[in-house]
Amino acid sequence: MVAFLKRYEGLWLFVHSPAAIIAAIVAVLIMIGAVFAPWIAQVNPYDLSSFSLFDGLLPPVWQEGANPQYLLGTDDQGRDMISSILYGARLSLIIGLAALTIAAVLGVGLGLAAGYYGGRFDAIVMRIADVQLALPAILTALLIDGIARGILPASMQQDLRVAVLTLAIALSLWVNFARTARASTFVQMNKEYVQAAIMMGQRPSRVMFVHILPNILGPLLVIMTVDLASAILLEATLSFLGIGLPADSPSLGTLIRIGMQFLLSGEWWILWIPTLFLVALVVSINILGDFLRDVFNPRLR
Amino acid sequence: MLVIKDLAVKFPSRFGEFTAIEDVDMTIKPGEIHGLVGESGAGKSTVGAAVIGLLSAPGYIANGELSLGDTNLRNLTPDQAHEIRGDRISMIFQDPQTSLNPLMTIEDQLIETIQAHSNVSDSAARKRAVDLLEEIGIKNAAERIKAYPHQFSGGMRQRVVIALAICTDPELIIADEPTTALDVAVQSQVLDLIRRLARDRQIAFMLITHDIGVIAQIADRVTVMRKGKVMETGDTPQVLGAPTHPYTQALMDAVPPLDHRIARFRVPEEEGTAGVVTGNTAEKWLLEGQQYALTGLTLQDLCVRFAGPRTSLFRKPEPYVALRDVNLDVRPGSIMGLVGESGSGKSTLAKAITGLITPSSGVMRLGDEILPAGKARSRHHPSRQLVQMVFQDPYSSLNSRHRIGAILTEPLWFYGFVQDAKERERLAAAMLELVGMAPDAIDKYPHQFSGGQRQRIAVARALLARPRFLICDEPTSALDVSIQAEILNLLKDLQSMFGLTILFISHNLAVVRQMADDTAVLRNGVIEEMGATEDLFARPKADYTQTLLSLTPVMPREWQSAG
Amino acid sequence: MVYFILKRLVQSVFVMLAVAFLAFSLFRFVGDPITQMTGVETSVADQERLREELGLNDPFIFQFMRFTTDMLQGDFGFSYRTRQPVAEMITDRIPATLELGIVALLISLAVGIPAGVYTALRPKGFATQAILMTTLVGVSIPTFVIGIMLIFVFGVQLGWLPTFGRGGTVQIGGWESSLFTIEGWRALLLPAITLGVYQLTLTMRLVRAEMMEVMRSDYIRFAMARGVPMRKLHYRHALANTMVPVITIIGLQFGGVIAFSIVTESVFQWPGMGLLFLESIRFVDIPVMGVYLVVIAFFFVLVNLIVDLLYVAIDPRLRVKDV
Repeated sequence: MVAFLKRYEGLWLFVHSPAAIIAAIVAVLIMIGAVFAPWIAQVNPYDLSSFSLFDGLLPPVWQEGANPQYLLGTDDQGRDMISSILYGARLSLIIGLAALTIAAVLGVGLGLAAGYYGGRFDAIVMRIADVQLALPAILTALLIDGIARGILPASMQQDLRVAVLTLAIALSLWVNFARTARASTFVQMNKEYVQAAIMMGQRPSRVMFVHILPNILGPLLVIMTVDLASAILLEATLSFLGIGLPADSPSLGTLIRIGMQFLLSGEWWILWIPTLFLVALVVSINILGDFLRDVFNPRLR
Repeated sequence: MLVIKDLAVKFPSRFGEFTAIEDVDMTIKPGEIHGLVGESGAGKSTVGAAVIGLLSAPGYIANGELSLGDTNLRNLTPDQAHEIRGDRISMIFQDPQTSLNPLMTIEDQLIETIQAHSNVSDSAARKRAVDLLEEIGIKNAAERIKAYPHQFSGGMRQRVVIALAICTDPELIIADEPTTALDVAVQSQVLDLIRRLARDRQIAFMLITHDIGVIAQIADRVTVMRKGKVMETGDTPQVLGAPTHPYTQALMDAVPPLDHRIARFRVPEEEGTAGVVTGNTAEKWLLEGQQYALTGLTLQDLCVRFAGPRTSLFRKPEPYVALRDVNLDVRPGSIMGLVGESGSGKSTLAKAITGLITPSSGVMRLGDEILPAGKARSRHHPSRQLVQMVFQDPYSSLNSRHRIGAILTEPLWFYGFVQDAKERERLAAAMLELVGMAPDAIDKYPHQFSGGQRQRIAVARALLARPRFLICDEPTSALDVSIQAEILNLLKDLQSMFGLTILFISHNLAVVRQMADDTAVLRNGVIEEMGATEDLFARPKADYTQTLLSLTPVMPREWQSAG
Repeated sequence: MVYFILKRLVQSVFVMLAVAFLAFSLFRFVGDPITQMTGVETSVADQERLREELGLNDPFIFQFMRFTTDMLQGDFGFSYRTRQPVAEMITDRIPATLELGIVALLISLAVGIPAGVYTALRPKGFATQAILMTTLVGVSIPTFVIGIMLIFVFGVQLGWLPTFGRGGTVQIGGWESSLFTIEGWRALLLPAITLGVYQLTLTMRLVRAEMMEVMRSDYIRFAMARGVPMRKLHYRHALANTMVPVITIIGLQFGGVIAFSIVTESVFQWPGMGLLFLESIRFVDIPVMGVYLVVIAFFFVLVNLIVDLLYVAIDPRLRVKDV
């Protein structure tokens, strides 16, 4: 066992980091809940016929006047909070992961190529990244959303909300990947194993993806985790601002926006329970990201 | 006087405690230069860090006595220890490029250090600093003192570092590889300076180094360490000239002499012998591949220019000339040694031959064929297979994410030698045996091997391309001297076995003398001298070669083993 | 050095041009400007005449050049929604956003740098672990949630501070400032904290990481070995060297601060540029969106130029030539 752990240092550190373990459990539980939402949730919040206004504004079970059928209470429409949250988390995660994938593929591809070819290509990519940096993530996302409103006919807008939102988030995150991949690639380019591969006459694509990529995965993995958290936050923020997802297909951010209406009235659970959920999810992902950073950069330990 | 007795330093880790050094005894008298020599992992730097109280966490002194004069260094509070640092013990680091704060002038750093330990006015401290710089050989010190570290050259910077170390009149200075990062000429000046300071100021020096030549040149006494323990200690002539401990003897055997050539290094328990059964398969396979006979290389008027740093929008940047009109003729089947200090352009030359950079003019010929330059060389050009390279740093020359098997079989399928995957693995394993490694290494990853083993793997990879021309770019400069001896033996064996033509690049004159048939001396991109190795070393013609040979620290002939 | 600054200047101009191009493309291609400007009752012929007058039939590159020249002369066009000049709408809003952003940035630096230094120097301490955990939670809470919580606690429950608007403002020249009245400061406090928290955690973590890196460097170890007093060692040597990378990131962050003020302004109904931008997105008010972009990019480029100058001031390697 010790020999095994010695080999897999990351695993050893994981077993000895209670924060990382708890974070992993929370994140995995939420993700499982989100993936299996259609089977776990007792109500489909998108289906108006599956809940009724008569059950509206029920508090969680530990408060007076609760209905034990709804453990965490219901919102003003009579939707079960748990079901809304599970579906909301599902949507948030789908958008987050999809955006992350697009951003990672685009960013890592461009960053690798910029680092490998250098020169003019690198300069162009980096200037584009400069421009992107001058327009921070949230601004880019808002902008793309605004453009979509301008270009797409109203009938399509609703259908394409998720796609537009994903694209908006993805485009605001790719720079992170590109810069990290480029910087790491530059370091690797000076390593002799890369020079050996180039000298042999191997194809650039093989040098980039077979030789360099596996060696720069560490920092990229850290960015990926941290950016998943950013993507989820960004989605929540956009939805909160009312330009993300509409109220009939709520993500976590939309749920919080709806809950805001109840900030001053007694129905605290409609606001704070989804909020707590969102924060728990993002905190767990960030703790894991921090943990990975420590594993890949032992000097910060 | 520094007295160390039974010193042990341990590093607690999650797999139990790691003992870095144990039972170390040493005394250093005022004015004595005490050499502390050993290979990597010997724990010599740990001794120095323990004395000055700067062990890196979580290391701690587990046992032993440590005293300077009548002060017990182990009984100090952290504050007291910090008071003593600089005041009575100081330190010189290896790399002058990084040991000075880049944001502060030399003046500020000197005055700050002087005032940290004595209550003197700014102007008095400044005067002392200027005097000190003059003493240490910095001309025009009153003016130069206002400069920032980056405005000094490497050698001058190391002088400034030494000035900072002695500006408080310490009794003891720990010099950790003080000349390793310097060129030969600068190294000899710095060593002279250290000797003068020890004599005139009666400073005791603990000189930590891996370079036995340096020890031989200036150390009064020497302690040899290995794996955290002291092997032997005594006066330098005795320890180096008539070593009693077998380890010291082996170490001395592995040091390449500068003034004569030995056929092979004597290596204890030689692992480098080829495996009998499977190693033969690899040997046979390699011999089969000699479709060309011996292949030489000629360079004609080769020039390489790089764009210099741009300093103005309107002027074209001055090109930086890395190589100027280099003519080189590597005879088929011979070893050509290329000697030069850092920045002389040796690696640039290797890169030009392998096509990694494009020369601005000149002709390269491999055998009788013209070698297309840089980007003009297609990915499928035959030279990509015929010319292979063994790199300097075995830690970066193997892809750490790839299995040894994957690394070694890559040339086999890439050049289309062997179609069958199983056959490739078998051949790779056989080649490992040929270079003196166990064939089961094939399933491991590079990080599971030591530097010397990795360099053997790197050699195996180069051979699996069936090269006719091998470039070895400082193949042993990252290795310990005993490992260096093994690798050099291996390269010699392989060269004679397969009739390879080798371009052997090194900054180490002694190593080149052992390896090369012909030698060329490169300086600032120009070949200063070229000729048969024995002639060149015995009767150097160029001034530069003469200086290099005279300044390289060597052991007196009578200390050397018969070889 | 001059070359270094010039190079940065050229890069900045490039960024500004690219952003201007983006804004122009927005204006030109997202929806038809003519239909936006005219009502349904305008005849096709009139629309065509207007199109010709406005030069919308000219070659693309001419249109872009005219757009840029107009911008340089301060002519930013008119809003589709309010029909006001965009320049006026934006300049009215700039003070509110800038004051909010700068105060937030100052909060984040004033707390973030000391906290970063402390946690770097005592990496194993209990307080360090607590601070690190808190900041991790800090970066994980969306800005708007922090705003809501602050409103809930200090505005609703305790009733200490106002939860929307700028409070009392004073006109100084054309600048409407809330920095000169107590009411103004009271109103500024919650939004500034909301906006500052995220930057604060970033600053702290960055300072900590860089500081730890510097503390391991040879020159710090050499300064240790010379017995340089600890306080000087930490601040004069280590922190000064830490500042070079930290300043870069802070420059980059300023853009983030301005952008995130969109969220803060929305939560606190702070009448700044962000709120204007949000409204313009909702109504697809393209000219306002475009100009907002250009203004944000301009601030970003400006701050980063200042950062470059600071570099030169801090780092002698950029200032003094090799001898």
